[in-house]
Amino acid sequence: MVTLGHYLIVSGMLFTIGFAGVMLRRNIIIILMALELMLNAANLSLVAFSRFHVDSTGAPNYNAQVFVFFIITVAAAEVAVGLAIVVALFRLRQTTHVEDITTLKF
Amino acid sequence: MLIFGAAVIINRNPVASALSLVVSFLGLAALFLSLDAFFVGIIQVLVYAGAIMVLFLFIIMLLDLRAEKLRKINWIASAGGVVVATALMLQIFSVIGKFSAAREHFPPLPGSTSDDVHRIGLLLFNNYNLPFQVIGVVILVATIGVVGLSRRES
Repeated sequence: MVTLGHYLIVSGMLFTIGFAGVMLRRNIIIILMALELMLNAANLSLVAFSRFHVDSTGAPNYNAQVFVFFIITVAAAEVAVGLAIVVALFRLRQTTHVEDITTLKF
Repeated sequence: MLIFGAAVIINRNPVASALSLVVSFLGLAALFLSLDAFFVGIIQVLVYAGAIMVLFLFIIMLLDLRAEKLRKINWIASAGGVVVATALMLQIFSVIGKFSAAREHFPPLPGSTSDDVHRIGLLLFNNYNLPFQVIGVVILVATIGVVGLSRRES
């Protein structure tokens, strides 16, 4: 039988994978993908809690699912802007490697 | 799903990474369906596995990225990243371990959940009407920003 904790552990592991991707990889596009993984880990725990709190009418708590809807929307906007910035950078520098883009580095 | 999530950050070839991400998102959509969240599961497949991943693959192929060649790896920075990620995972696990509700089973659902699109729609347009409109503006601004960013300077 699956408990709430199982979903939370999967969510935590997915978040950690995304976090490790952001920390370790040096390709901007892969970093954006790892960010998506982290957002989705948050979505998974939100949906698990939504299913966990059954209200008096016998339905899951749909507030969390509305929140997930908002997160997905913001993530889509974020990816679109991020990839546009990557394309603009690539035109300027011919690279997607973060260590080649150090203009702002102190 | 976790295996393909890990494959996203292990693969050297960006196209393989993106395809692993698609499989990972499909597995996540299956988990959403198992939690009786049909609307969110379908949105996940349509928006993430459909739209966002097509965008990623399009950009990867547009930029013609090859598998990155092995560069000299900064071992201290990598070890630091691994340590911080492991610490984060251990912390998450200890929090879940102390959380008593995490050991409880999901309560049974007396009602049907097949009308969740209807319920989410009602909630979205009644209680969350203002955030919904704000999110519309956010998407509009993002669209304008993308067009502005990708226009060639002349």
